Amino acid sequence: MAAGTAKRLSVAALLLHPAAKPVLFVAALLPFGWLFYGALTNQLGANPAEYLIRATGDWTLRFLCLTLAVTPLRVITGTPALARLRRMIGLFVYFYVVLHLLSYSWFDMGFDVADIAKDIAKRPFILVGFSGFLLLTPLAATSFNRAVKAMGARRWQALHKLVYVIAGLALLHFFWMRAGKHNFAEVAVYAAIIGVLLGWRLVQYARKKRVAAGAAQGALRPRKGSGQQAL
Amino acid sequence: IAAAKSAVPGAVTMEKVTDYKDATSYNNFYEFGTDKSDPAKNAHTLKTTPWTVEIEGLVKKPGKYSLEDLMKLSAQEERIYRLRCVEGWSMVIPWVGYSLSKLVEKVEPQGNAKFVEFISLADPKTMPFVGSRVLDWPYAEGLRMDEAMNPLTLLAFGMYGEVLPNQNGAPVRLVVPWKYGFKSAKSLVKIRFTDKEPQTAWNKAAANEYGFYSNVNPQVDHPRWSQATERRIGEDGLFAKKRKTLMFNGYEAQVAQLYAGMDLKKNF
Repeated sequence: MAAGTAKRLSVAALLLHPAAKPVLFVAALLPFGWLFYGALTNQLGANPAEYLIRATGDWTLRFLCLTLAVTPLRVITGTPALARLRRMIGLFVYFYVVLHLLSYSWFDMGFDVADIAKDIAKRPFILVGFSGFLLLTPLAATSFNRAVKAMGARRWQALHKLVYVIAGLALLHFFWMRAGKHNFAEVAVYAAIIGVLLGWRLVQYARKKRVAAGAAQGALRPRKGSGQQAL
Repeated sequence: IAAAKSAVPGAVTMEKVTDYKDATSYNNFYEFGTDKSDPAKNAHTLKTTPWTVEIEGLVKKPGKYSLEDLMKLSAQEERIYRLRCVEGWSMVIPWVGYSLSKLVEKVEPQGNAKFVEFISLADPKTMPFVGSRVLDWPYAEGLRMDEAMNPLTLLAFGMYGEVLPNQNGAPVRLVVPWKYGFKSAKSLVKIRFTDKEPQTAWNKAAANEYGFYSNVNPQVDHPRWSQATERRIGEDGLFAKKRKTLMFNGYEAQVAQLYAGMDLKKNF
């Protein structure tokens, strides 16, 4: 027991350490650093354009999973300090999706708008990915403290629930891209991770609702202690 | 493999040959995995000796041919072909082999033989993805008899002056340079002469996307992407502009007459 508490305290202490955020920042930049270096030194294989487009897409999905994992991890392990890091991880989702979009429009399409329009008409999954990017933009834009204050916590939170829709769009984008070759193994892994992370929230939500309903019932027909027990 | 430069018209392009490393590390060979890098990683398990190719169907001389006999059947030539993948990338590869027509003449097709079917090895013990549901194994491809007899249609045993690396379809494969790459079946174990158009692996998987002919054609898009341009692998790095794809992959002079009067949109 005591050891467990001490361990938890030390994890919390690490997360609260002034270096925690800079360390996370550098770690989150490592994939970008590698891709940049690999592109410069021509180490991204035979088709570097395709490699960059796919790798930045993969990292977007990974950071999205990490962002969605913060709250469940925080609650399950009882580590409130984790919440400090969520915004930065979320902003890295945006960072990698911008790189993803940029790689596609630059290396694949040469910034040719007519070509991009034609490509989107052929490949609607690009539109799904693009709407995910569009929806993520207001979330990134309102990530600083003053935005939270200006909007009010409630509205801010409602807006940021959009991340669940974005996760769905990102999965659909990936699934559709792979559908042409019936190649779903990786898609299934991400779908399972995101499914668990969103499923956990649904369970929490249902439980809260049940508790609230129980409490309300207790308030209407007070029976000795029953309302309390439901909690 | 020793080989002389081919005298077949159109068989030796002067374009810059793709780096050996790119041509042997960026492959579609789904028996070994769906990722481009999978074949180079996994194909070492393929056993290419002994190897026999069975000739069957509507021929006067059916039978099993050992790889050694097949290789001796005609003089080996070097052919430098453009390779255009249906996915929108291309390479230039120096193959070693001889015209498939030499083999066809040798086995003497019967008068009613109108098509040739090519079957690849499907060995779950050495090919980890045979059994996956990506395709209906074994991999099967087919040509019309006149396509098979065109001198450009190559039975290849080597590339870059060497025997074929496993990931490129060792020990013997087809190369049909004016068609999308998937028409050129790898690691052949059976060649069958038929009177009906053979079913092909990709056509069975998605009939509206992969037709029997699958000639390279910039005017006929794949349902899900444009075929007007292609990325030449290894060309000027990341910022290279894509090239315009050529009709019949640039072999129009040699093969257009095969399709005279045909609606190539319908017969895609």
